[in-house]
Amino acid sequence: MATATETKKAIRGGEFLIRETEAHEIFIPEDFNEEQKMIEQQCKDFLAKEVYNRLDEIDSMKDPKLMPSLLDKAGELGLLGTSVPTEYGGFGMDFNTTMLVAEVIGAGHSVAVALSAHTGIGTLPIVYYGNEEQKKKYLPKLATGEYKAAYCLTEPDSGSDANSGKTKAKLSADGKHYVINGQKMWITNGGFADIYIVFAKIDNDKNLSAFIVERAFGGITMNEEEHKMGIKGSSTRQIFFNDCKVPVENLLSERENGFKIAVNILNVGRIKLAVAAVGGSKKTISTAVNYAKERKQFNTAIANFGAIKHKIAEMTTRVFASESACYRAGQNIDDATNALIAGGMDSAKAKLKSLEEFAIECAIMKVHGSEVLDFVVDEGVQIYGGMGFSAEGPMDRAYRDARINRIFEGTNEINRMLTIDMLLKRAMKGQLDLMNPAMAVQKELMAVPDFSSGDDAGVFAKEKKALANLKKAGLMVAGAAVQKFMMKLSDEQEVLMNLADMLIEGYVAESTLLRVEKLMSIRGEANCQIEKEMAIVYLHEAIENAASAGKQAIYAFADGDELRLMLLGLKRFTKIDPYNLKEARRRIANHVIEKGEYPF
Amino acid sequence: MKILVCITHVPDTTSKINFKDNNTKFDPTGVQFIIGPYDDYALARAIEIKESTPGTTVTVLNVGLAETEPTIRKALAIGADDAIRVNADPTDSFFVASQIAEQAKAGGYELILMGRESIDYNSGVVHSIVGEMLGIPSVSPVMKLELSGNTAKLAREIEGGKEYLEVSLPFVAGCQEPIAEWKIPNMRGIMSARTKPLKVVEPKSVNSGVATQKYELPKPKGSVKMISADNVKELVNLLKNEAKVL
Repeated sequence: MATATETKKAIRGGEFLIRETEAHEIFIPEDFNEEQKMIEQQCKDFLAKEVYNRLDEIDSMKDPKLMPSLLDKAGELGLLGTSVPTEYGGFGMDFNTTMLVAEVIGAGHSVAVALSAHTGIGTLPIVYYGNEEQKKKYLPKLATGEYKAAYCLTEPDSGSDANSGKTKAKLSADGKHYVINGQKMWITNGGFADIYIVFAKIDNDKNLSAFIVERAFGGITMNEEEHKMGIKGSSTRQIFFNDCKVPVENLLSERENGFKIAVNILNVGRIKLAVAAVGGSKKTISTAVNYAKERKQFNTAIANFGAIKHKIAEMTTRVFASESACYRAGQNIDDATNALIAGGMDSAKAKLKSLEEFAIECAIMKVHGSEVLDFVVDEGVQIYGGMGFSAEGPMDRAYRDARINRIFEGTNEINRMLTIDMLLKRAMKGQLDLMNPAMAVQKELMAVPDFSSGDDAGVFAKEKKALANLKKAGLMVAGAAVQKFMMKLSDEQEVLMNLADMLIEGYVAESTLLRVEKLMSIRGEANCQIEKEMAIVYLHEAIENAASAGKQAIYAFADGDELRLMLLGLKRFTKIDPYNLKEARRRIANHVIEKGEYPF
Repeated sequence: MKILVCITHVPDTTSKINFKDNNTKFDPTGVQFIIGPYDDYALARAIEIKESTPGTTVTVLNVGLAETEPTIRKALAIGADDAIRVNADPTDSFFVASQIAEQAKAGGYELILMGRESIDYNSGVVHSIVGEMLGIPSVSPVMKLELSGNTAKLAREIEGGKEYLEVSLPFVAGCQEPIAEWKIPNMRGIMSARTKPLKVVEPKSVNSGVATQKYELPKPKGSVKMISADNVKELVNLLKNEAKVL
């Protein structure tokens, strides 16, 4: 047991790039137990009973009490207290169970946004950073939904550059209050929240501080609801703080710790957003597949056409891949938390530290999950054809609601840059040894190429070799870029995007392969044929995408012999045996079509 | 008061139905099982009564093999206090009713609720047989159930209307909507389900005299024929000679 804990403890964030992970080490969604499955069904029932039959009503915003009342219902079911510790009236669930809840609720359109803003960025700052009094005062009511929460970070001139906010807090003459003045925008749940987590700078501080602000404190006014492209039922307001008096005991954590809080809370928000996107994607696939089975053209259901099968297989494979990586990272976070708690750390601190440890994976998944969702809804519209473009059909809402996911919780551009930035910082601090593996790749590049296609024994032997090479390709390009630009790499955003794409594809392809390998060891290979096809199809795509991104990067900074050598290296490291992907996709699609829903 | 709620473990309504062993057995591969939807209403009403009547306990009973336990635990999560599983394959209505009657006798329940019918074999007779075996009244399909002292006021759906009855306890009711709103288990319920008692008892032997010969899927629906609104003659002809319903 001790050994097992130590092995798990040894896994570090970002380490996947240089470490060969074994299938049994990762958590797969098929590992969920009976209780977790019951929770999954509970969330599905909640959406079916309370949400799906009134999506239009919710989006119309005609009844401002509707959304808060739905949150109340979610609160009655306990869905708002999953991350709140039991001693404060919550359920203190492990991270992956809260991920599962986020996934299912993720299919709930505007309700999903309201619920996740409340339970995530609204409640977690107090869970992780609140002192005993603050936790006792606020968490029990947040866990039941009696208090509803919002998070006020963004300002008109401060979005991605969050620390540049202008909102100020001044200590009152009697030293009892902070007086907050400023303007916040895009505040989810803003219209009805009772509690606002507000970020502001005290006096002339360089960094933000965070405050727990009750609406009842006064000095809060707001604009009308924003008119948005999607998630129209989610309350989004601009909020003004005019001499809002906040008792000094409502300063969250320490002065100037706000930016750190904001960043760390966003780590959770990112991976939860990714898994919610998986939930939204699954629902969209099920809806689109059923339409493809019903819609007849040329005397046959359009699901029988290869072009449609291609879409269904692609949608399904990418979601399966995203899901695999989300829960793998989720379990890493749980394992790290448990190891820290076992080592004597307080549970809130342990969770934060683990999330910070896996911040790279959180950012990777945010990008991947939201882009898969956008791909899925786009193809969903396409499968629906004319009806897809009609505002009367279900794809209209799915398409519009998906789009925000690439923007909030840090735009995908910011997140792409963050992944590489964090990776390099960890390498420089000596937390992650990228140097030796990168040098080894350099050496390999100069040596006689290895023409073997891998040890043919063992599950996915060839694919694993291809995957190892994919990581080498990433290390090669990243290493060269670092050497070339040194400290100025951060100015080369285009190259950073390319590097991030290689990293993302490597992580997700590996997670998919490992999930299927583990599944085969549990169910037997014969019972995982479709999953196996998906792992192979995804790996091919990942390699192709990484090769393309790598080429773009190399073109951007290399020339002459170096360019030629790197292109040769890239070609060598992104080689994979041919596979009839068309037939594989047909088998995947046929299975999904037969089941009539996303079946994994 | 002691309430017994009998639940079935049935394929989800959207399941694809297949048979095995030369069409002599239902094939559960890949099928998701749920609490019978009518049983869900019965359970919800029992929980409502429990919540409004102090001292009430709700026991759920299922006749089934070990694989039905997740379904039973869901009923515990919804709010039942304890559960009994009669460890047997529920082969037919008489067999199941005999097992229920046996447990009901032993437990001394004042109210025995179940769905009006299961949604797998839909025989809809188990409540009547249980009532007969116990020598107490049985009513179905019950849409409304209000207790007052030792009697209950019931509304029952009948052809073209409703029948209002007053029944004295104990009795058996086969329930249907809108007797109560079906319940989603809350998180506390889910987390306490595994700690609630689930007793497994062996079945009593029964000579039921029923044996399954084979299963058959209903024929797929034929295509729709459109007849012009003013062609009544053709309509009558088709109803008479093709559909053979006139």
